[in-house]
Amino acid sequence: MVTSALSQPIAYPAVGASLDIAHVSHAFEVDGAELPVLDDVSLIVEPSEFVALLGPSGCGKSTLLRLIAGLDAPRSGILREDEARIKGPHPSRVVVFQDPTLFPWRSVWDNVALGLEAQGILKSRRQRVDDVIDLVGLTGFRNAYPHQLSGGMAQRVALARALVNDPKVLVLDEPLGKLDSLTRIAMQAELVALWQRKGFTTLLVTHDVEEALVLANRVVVLSDRPARIKADIAVERPYPRHRGDPYLADLRRQILGLLGLDATW
Amino acid sequence: MSTFSLSDVAATDHLPRGGGLADKLRIARPGAAAALAWAAFGAACLVREDVGDWSRTNDVAIAAFVIAGVVLSGALAAGHLGRAGAGLRKRSPWLVALGLFLTVWELATAKFAWLPLPFFPPPQAIIEVYTDDLPKLADSAWASVKLQLGGYLIGAALGFITGVSIGWSTRIGYWVHPVLRFIGPLPATAWLPIAFFTFPSSWSASTFLIALATGFPVTVLTWSGVASVSNAYYDVARTLGARPSFLVLKVAIPAALPHVFVGLFMGLGSSFAVLVVAEMIGVKAGLGWYLQWAQGWAAYANMYAALLVMSLLCSGAITLLFKLRDRVLIWQKGVVKW
Repeated sequence: MVTSALSQPIAYPAVGASLDIAHVSHAFEVDGAELPVLDDVSLIVEPSEFVALLGPSGCGKSTLLRLIAGLDAPRSGILREDEARIKGPHPSRVVVFQDPTLFPWRSVWDNVALGLEAQGILKSRRQRVDDVIDLVGLTGFRNAYPHQLSGGMAQRVALARALVNDPKVLVLDEPLGKLDSLTRIAMQAELVALWQRKGFTTLLVTHDVEEALVLANRVVVLSDRPARIKADIAVERPYPRHRGDPYLADLRRQILGLLGLDATW
Repeated sequence: MSTFSLSDVAATDHLPRGGGLADKLRIARPGAAAALAWAAFGAACLVREDVGDWSRTNDVAIAAFVIAGVVLSGALAAGHLGRAGAGLRKRSPWLVALGLFLTVWELATAKFAWLPLPFFPPPQAIIEVYTDDLPKLADSAWASVKLQLGGYLIGAALGFITGVSIGWSTRIGYWVHPVLRFIGPLPATAWLPIAFFTFPSSWSASTFLIALATGFPVTVLTWSGVASVSNAYYDVARTLGARPSFLVLKVAIPAALPHVFVGLFMGLGSSFAVLVVAEMIGVKAGLGWYLQWAQGWAAYANMYAALLVMSLLCSGAITLLFKLRDRVLIWQKGVVKW
């Protein structure tokens, strides 16, 4: 169902934006004490690149994503999208969170239409909502409510809700983390296909090394909190990638070593 | 009772039409028992002279026999009545209980006076109120409905707006919250003496009190509903380009609606109490006033009759509220049925 849906062409202005993260540091206040989470992180993401941010859990990856999304402002440093400083949230940078966070009082269609409605442009673009729902393979579920959906379907709705805005940057915060492994593998393939078709810049936070290697052009490995960039590894392999590829297996061993897990190999 | 339990009813539900005579009789059994109970009530009305002077005894007896006849023929023809037949079968156990209760009541009051008169009037005395004092009772009921509806709608609207405001804006919360804590827990009835001489009319005073009784729970529940909305919803909406007005109207309020309905339900209950007290004390109309008036004349049958009407109205109001909730909150799974 999904693959056939993907083969229907839809005209998208497929332009990714570049991201420039310059000397960004951030800290939280916990019980009066400063808790540094990001330490002088600098990263340049080229337009339409697929970058995976990999790091131990709780290292500050999600914080970095919130800064990129504009949901929080950094303590120091500057973030830019296409040379323009990021000052707040903007629908050109859409986040898909680990939980689908669908609005339970809205049907699938209304959830997907959320961004267009919030920007006041829904009336002229109702067809887009239908198209994107078809694109993620949920054609028969337009009028369903979130509590009627499975985890994978809910995450597809969340993806459609992001895509309907034609984002220049798609920010993915472990969006597949809670799915069962079969659904997960299927959705990884869909994600790559979508990204190749539409060309948005993609930032994926994950702690799954294999997922990062199957999906991304570049894997950025972060250290324990406060997060620093430990390594920036290019994955030069064409898509679709094979999980058993010895090149990827080698990279995987290397990355697990960086994360301090050599003993398991 | 257990002979006519629901399992019987369920088991007979799917029998084919026009089965054998034995089958037909078996299906008709609960209905026949109900008819019997109502016939017993009719007979109880006629079994001997009333101990008091009630004019509707014969009419009630006739009505009881008519009901018994209708129930019996309905039970026998249930197979041909479709949904109505199924509904009758489902309610038969209750019809039996009601018929028996009326029989005992009739015997215990009008026939043998086991319960002291005039405090326990017989069924025909209450029917007499409905037939002979209908205009006054209907006027009273209508007055109550008008007063309740006005006060409740004002209180619910103000409570909702206040709740959303203090849940959303910390600055408004700073000023309103202490006032709410100070005034809210006070029973609205405590304001009665003050309200009746500060307001220009007893009607406006009662409206104010009913609004107050409704407003407090609605405010608190709306507020807690808005305050408990997960930040994740706001994050999602903000990254999709939502402005603050959208966050309030399309995120905070819909997310808070389940709480709001709990507040509306609680407000309805406490406003009923205020309504009746206000009518008993100051307003010269309404069912509360009717009760008070009936007590003054020692007209106990009128009191029971008014109580019955009041109970139907209150229950109807709650039913309406729940119907509205089921419609608005259709996206929730497993909502409680009233």
